[in-house]
Amino acid sequence: MMSDEVVLTQKFEITGGDFNKAGRVSTDIKEILQEIGIDPSIIRRTSIASYEAEMNVVMYAQRAVLTLNITPEKLHLELEDEGPGIENIERAMQEGYSTATDEMREMGFGAGMGLPNIKKNSDKFEISSTPGKGTSIKITMSLDQTEKK
Amino acid sequence: MNHYFHSIRIDTEKCDGRMKCMRACPTQAIRVRHGKAVIIEEKCIDCGECITACPHNAIVPLTDPFGELAKFRHTVAIPSPALYAQFGREILPEKILSGIKKLGFDDSFDLAVTCGEVSFAIQEYLRDYNGPKPLISNVCPTVVRLIQVKYPALIDQVIPIETPRELAAREIKKNKSKQLQLKEKDIGTFYLTPCPVKMISIKQPAEKGKSFIDGAISISDIYGPLLSAMESIEKGSYRKALESICILGIGWAMVGGICRTLRLKNSLAVSGLGEILKVFDDIERGKLRNIDFVEAYSCHQGCVGGSLAVENLYISYNKILKLIETLEFEQIKACPDIREVRKLYSQNYFFIKGKLEPRPLKPLDRDLATAIKKRKEKEDIFESLPKIDCGVCGAPTCLTFAEDVVRGEAEFTDCIFNLPQKFAELSQELSELLNKSASLSSIRSNPKKTKNKKD
Repeated sequence: MMSDEVVLTQKFEITGGDFNKAGRVSTDIKEILQEIGIDPSIIRRTSIASYEAEMNVVMYAQRAVLTLNITPEKLHLELEDEGPGIENIERAMQEGYSTATDEMREMGFGAGMGLPNIKKNSDKFEISSTPGKGTSIKITMSLDQTEKK
Repeated sequence: MNHYFHSIRIDTEKCDGRMKCMRACPTQAIRVRHGKAVIIEEKCIDCGECITACPHNAIVPLTDPFGELAKFRHTVAIPSPALYAQFGREILPEKILSGIKKLGFDDSFDLAVTCGEVSFAIQEYLRDYNGPKPLISNVCPTVVRLIQVKYPALIDQVIPIETPRELAAREIKKNKSKQLQLKEKDIGTFYLTPCPVKMISIKQPAEKGKSFIDGAISISDIYGPLLSAMESIEKGSYRKALESICILGIGWAMVGGICRTLRLKNSLAVSGLGEILKVFDDIERGKLRNIDFVEAYSCHQGCVGGSLAVENLYISYNKILKLIETLEFEQIKACPDIREVRKLYSQNYFFIKGKLEPRPLKPLDRDLATAIKKRKEKEDIFESLPKIDCGVCGAPTCLTFAEDVVRGEAEFTDCIFNLPQKFAELSQELSELLNKSASLSSIRSNPKKTKNKKD
């Protein structure tokens, strides 16, 4: 088998503003990973990263598609959202920076930890954004234990 | 394959295969095969939900009979603080502890004092800790097993401090053997338990070490004899009895008791497995990282809600709560000396020797590619099922049934909804055959008919 051949692919839809279902996608992903026997520490980091990414969509964007791709060596999460985009990515990546409303903060979100936390928990992290159109995030986890962060 | 000791046994004589336990099981560890319930060892976390659910008492908790006491030269009963909640408000721990001594134990030990020490030790541990948060209490063995099985990534957040019952037994053995000039193995330590899971934590500690407790006796077994033993005890001073209660320790019997008596600001308390799953999901996503400490009990309202307790769990919860309130109001603080606890803490007195290892569920296959293929098969099977979770196949849900089929533990045709489909196909074939034979017979009969007409 080719090492970069995608052996599992699954798409998840996330709806902006739907706080009721928030977190469900990251739970689904966790269950898939457990079932196929991914290492618990990788599952944990993936859960945190996918939850933060999901919450970003719920809080700021209209909708998004999150794609999970697994190859024998790597786990990829790609998120494409339709939303306001990020004006200044460098600033958004700083811990503590947030554009959350008071309402979101009251719910315990908007501590300005979202994007930095995703980066911290992934082995590779890429982000690009077009203001007014949307943001795309690529997260990669290495499945090889020896390469583990 | 790993074999796990469980505190729950199914009496196949009594089991009627009514599936109540199968539906009640929070980890989908029960199947009904050939009309009898079976437990899948590796999935079972010994919560005891099935014991309460069974209408025939066919699920039996394994606890020790009283006769075990004879094996030891000196016996000490260590009642769970939940026992203090089983009797009316005026019966205080002091009386209960002397009542126990009349039942054949040489001594009884007030575990609440050790609970108080461990409360302080937890406080010490929380202060110095700077790993991932929140830390999770290890007092409920079911919760520890749930983490091993379903939340292996949270294992490092389980507090590595010995539970009060183990600490107490360890110290009793040490002190009594010295005092009585006996060997430690001649001192029998018996935990009076409100739930069956404590039994396994004795026979098979989650940390793979050895337990210091020699046996567990069900509170429901001891309740009657204890009640009559206490009748002959003369009423002492209420105030004096109150003053002997450790306020920090008594709270261990109910959910929220540790957080409340330690006055932890950033903590939360949760009880009931369904609720725990929600909280642990949030912990895993990092949503509760600002919380320091989580107290979790698989039984509703905490240990007072254990399946071997006798009193209604809300009544017993209230008794403990009122007791704490009274002690607070009277400003009685019969607590262990914090300086003494700190000294012991620095000497590693409180830490668990063994290491807690994860026990993650078996993936669909060891090989990633095969596991993914089987997952696809499972989804396809699930799609073809009625998704009404009727349980007739012997699995609690259509999804678990699909998984069982993929794992080779069930047959696709075990689902009765596949039968009508089969019937439909068969009857289609049958009617086609009938039509054929009808047309054949009409051809045959036609000449006759014409003959008849002519006649």
